[in-house]
Amino acid sequence: MSHNHEHHHDHHQESFISKYIFSMDHKMIAKQYLITGMIMAVVAALLSLLFRLQLGWPEDTFPWLESLLGDWGKGGRLDPNFYLALVTMHGTLMVFFVLTAGLSGTFSNLLIPFQIGARDMASPFMNMLSYWLFFLSSVIMLVSLFVESGPAAAGWTIYPPLSALPQAVPGSGLGMTLWLISMTLFIASSLMGSLNYITTILNMRTVGMKMTRMPLTIWSFLTTSILGVLSFPVLLAAAVLLIFDRSFGTSFYLSDIFIAGEALNRQGGSPILFQHLFWFLGHPEVYIVLMPALGITSEVIATNARKPIFGYRAMVGSLLGISFLSFIVWGHHMFVTGMNPFLGNVFMILTLVIAVPSAVKTFNYLATLWKGNIRFTPAMLFAIGLVSLFISGGLTGIYLGNAALDINLHDTYFVVAHFHLVMGSASMFGMLAGVYHWYPKMFGKLMNEKLGYLHFWLTFAAVYLVFFPMHFMGLDGVPRRYYNFTGFEYMSEWMDLNRFISVSAILGSAAQLIFIWNFFYSIRKGKDAPQNPWNSNTLEWTTPVERIHGNWPGEIPHVHRWPYDYSVPGAPQDFIPQTVKDDDLPETLRAPKVAPAPEHATAEASTTETLLFSRFLNLFGLKRA
Amino acid sequence: MMEAAMQGNMAPVKKRQKLHPKEFLMWVFLVSVFMIFAGFTSGYIVRRADGNWVEFVLPVGFLYSTILVVLSSISAQWALIQARKDNLDRVKVGVGITALLGIAFILAQLNAFNQLVEIGMFLVGNPSGSFVYIITGIHALHLVSAIIVMFVIFANVFRYRVHSKNLLGIRLGTIYWHFLGILWIYLYIFLLIMN
Repeated sequence: MSHNHEHHHDHHQESFISKYIFSMDHKMIAKQYLITGMIMAVVAALLSLLFRLQLGWPEDTFPWLESLLGDWGKGGRLDPNFYLALVTMHGTLMVFFVLTAGLSGTFSNLLIPFQIGARDMASPFMNMLSYWLFFLSSVIMLVSLFVESGPAAAGWTIYPPLSALPQAVPGSGLGMTLWLISMTLFIASSLMGSLNYITTILNMRTVGMKMTRMPLTIWSFLTTSILGVLSFPVLLAAAVLLIFDRSFGTSFYLSDIFIAGEALNRQGGSPILFQHLFWFLGHPEVYIVLMPALGITSEVIATNARKPIFGYRAMVGSLLGISFLSFIVWGHHMFVTGMNPFLGNVFMILTLVIAVPSAVKTFNYLATLWKGNIRFTPAMLFAIGLVSLFISGGLTGIYLGNAALDINLHDTYFVVAHFHLVMGSASMFGMLAGVYHWYPKMFGKLMNEKLGYLHFWLTFAAVYLVFFPMHFMGLDGVPRRYYNFTGFEYMSEWMDLNRFISVSAILGSAAQLIFIWNFFYSIRKGKDAPQNPWNSNTLEWTTPVERIHGNWPGEIPHVHRWPYDYSVPGAPQDFIPQTVKDDDLPETLRAPKVAPAPEHATAEASTTETLLFSRFLNLFGLKRA
Repeated sequence: MMEAAMQGNMAPVKKRQKLHPKEFLMWVFLVSVFMIFAGFTSGYIVRRADGNWVEFVLPVGFLYSTILVVLSSISAQWALIQARKDNLDRVKVGVGITALLGIAFILAQLNAFNQLVEIGMFLVGNPSGSFVYIITGIHALHLVSAIIVMFVIFANVFRYRVHSKNLLGIRLGTIYWHFLGILWIYLYIFLLIMN
C-alpha cells in the first residue's frame, strides 16, 4: 500500500491471503464482518427454531431431534437444560455477534472511509486485528455448542450465581468458561473497532467535510462507537470479577450460597453488583445495536424519498441525546431487585425522557417521507419497516419504563415482545436495508428486486405475527425462559397461540432463505451495477464500481455541501452530489458570497409550510446546516 | 504508507493543526482503559454501601509504589524532552531509568500484597480485600504492558529510530506512562479514602 500503488492500482499485486483473508482493506473487512454475521444469524435463528419447537409442541416427540442433538434430544424431547442453553446462545449470538459486530462492523467499516472521503481507516492493521479477534471469538462461541456439558445456560445476561458457580447447572461449567473467553475476545475486538471508527471520523475527513456535512450514517456510527468505548470496558471489569469468583474463590457476587443443601464457603458478595455492572454496559448496548440501523434508515429514507432529511440537526441532537441518556437508565432493568423506590423513580423518569429523542427521530422520518417522491426499493421498504417496528416496539417501552407496571411485567413475554420488536427486529431491518442499499457498492452487482420484495413482505408479516401476540401472553403473566407451560392451567390457555407463533417463526425463518439465495446468487449472476444506482449524493457513489485500493483513483474529492440536497427546485436533476461546487449550479441556487443567506433561500423549497417549520425549528436552535 | 499518501494529498490545502491520528487513537484508548477502573471503583462503592464489609488500614507499601510511579513519570518526561533535543545518550538513560522504576513499582506492589497478607487480608475472603487485589493487580498488568513499551522504545533508540524527527513512538509511550501514573494516584487516593 505504498504511495505508488494508489496511482497504479491496476498493477497492484496481491496474494490470495492478503486480499481475501488477512486483508487490511476496509471494504474487504466489511464483507468479512457481513458474511460472519450472516453465518451467526443463521445459527442463532436455527437455535430459536429448536426452542420454538419445544414451546409450540411441548407434548410431542420428534425422533429426528435425537439424531440431531444426541443426549440433548433424548427420546425426541428437548432436554430442559439444553432449552436454557438455547435461549442463552440465541440471545448472545443475536445481540453481540449479529447485531453488534455484524451490523456495526459491516457498515462502519464499509461506509466510514467511503462517506467521509478517506482512503482507509486510521489504522488498517488494527482494523484487521479487530475482525480476526471477532472471528476467533465467534469460533469459540460456536465450539461451546459442542462441549459435553452444553453451552452457557445462564441467559445472555449471565447473572450470577448461575454463571459464577461451575457446579450450578450443566451449562455453568465449560460452556460458561468458553462464553467468558469468547466475550473477552469480542470486547477487545469491539474496542479496537470503536477506537478506529472514532479516530477515523474525527481525524480523516476530506476537505470540506465538516461535522455538519457528514451523512447521518456517520453520525450514528460515531455515537455508537463512543458508547462502545465507554461501556464495553465496564463489562470487561464485571467479567474479570466474575472470572475470579468462578476460578479463584473470591466472593464478589456470591453470598450465603447453598447447593444441594450444602453451604458454600462464600460470603460478603452481592449478585446485584453484577447486575449494576452488566446493565451499565447492557443498556448502552441496545443503542449500540439500534443506532447504526437508525443511521442507515436516515440515509435510505432520504435518498429514496428524494427529499432532504427532515431536521438534520435534530437528528444529530437526538443521537447525542440518546447516547447520553443511555448511560443513566440502566436501573430500569433492575426495578425488581429491591431497589430504593426513590432511585427507581429517578431511573423511571430518565427512561421516559428517552422517548423524546426517539420521538424526534420517528417524526423526522415521517416528515421526510411526507409528500416525498418515494421509490419503493427493497432497501426503502426495510427502512420504512424499521420505522414501523420502532414505533410499535417503542410504545411498549413506555409501559416497561414505568416502575409500577414493570414490576408486574418483568420477565414476562411482554418484555420479550418489546425488545424483539424495538431492538432485535428493528435493527435487523436496518441491517437488511443497508445490505440491499449498499450491495452495489460491496459487490458491484444489483440484487434481484422481485425477490427483495418477496423477502420483505414475508419477513415483515412474520415479525409481527411472531412478536405481537407475545404482548398478550405477557400481560397475562406468562413468564419468559420457561421450558414448558402445560403444567400451569392459566398458561396452558396460550398453547394454541404458542403453536401459531412457532409456525410463524418457522415460515419467517424460511423466508430468509430467499434473501440468502438472492445475496449469493447476485454476487456472481446479478445485473452489473451502475456507479450511482440510487442517484445518491454521498461520496461513496463517486468511487469506481470496481472497488480499488485507496477508494478513489485520483485525488480524494472535496466536499461542498451537505449530503441531503434532493429535489432542489431549479437544479438540473433531482440530486446534487456533495462534490458539486456552488459555481456549477444555476445562478439561483448559489449561496450569496457576502452575507449569510436566510436558510430557506438556498436549498429548501420555500413553500409556506417549510418556511413555518424552519421558523419553528429556529426557535429551538435546530437550524439546518 | 497509506497515511503518508493521504497527508501528501491534503498538503496543498491549508488545514489547522490536528493531533496525529495515532495520538488521538491513544487518547480514546486511554478513555476505555479508564472506564475499566471506573467500573471497578464504582462497583467498589456500590458493594461497600451494602454493608458486610471488613474495614482495614491500607498498607504503607502502596505509598512507596506511589512515590516510585511519580519518579518514573519525571524520568519519562525527561527522556521525551531529551529526544526532542536529539540527545540520544540521555534518552537511553531516561527510558532505561523509567523502565527500571516501572519494574520497581511492580515489586513494590508485590511487597504491598505481602503486607496485606500479613494483616490477614487475602484475595479470597471479604470483597473489601479482594477488590484491593483486583484493582491494583489489573493496574499492575497494564503497567507491565507499559514497561514492555518502554523496552521497545529503548531498543529503538539504539537503532536510531527515536529522535526529534521521529517522536511519535516515544510520545505515545510517555502519554501511556503518565496516564498509568495518574491512574495509580487516583486509585491510591480512592483506596485511602475508602479505608
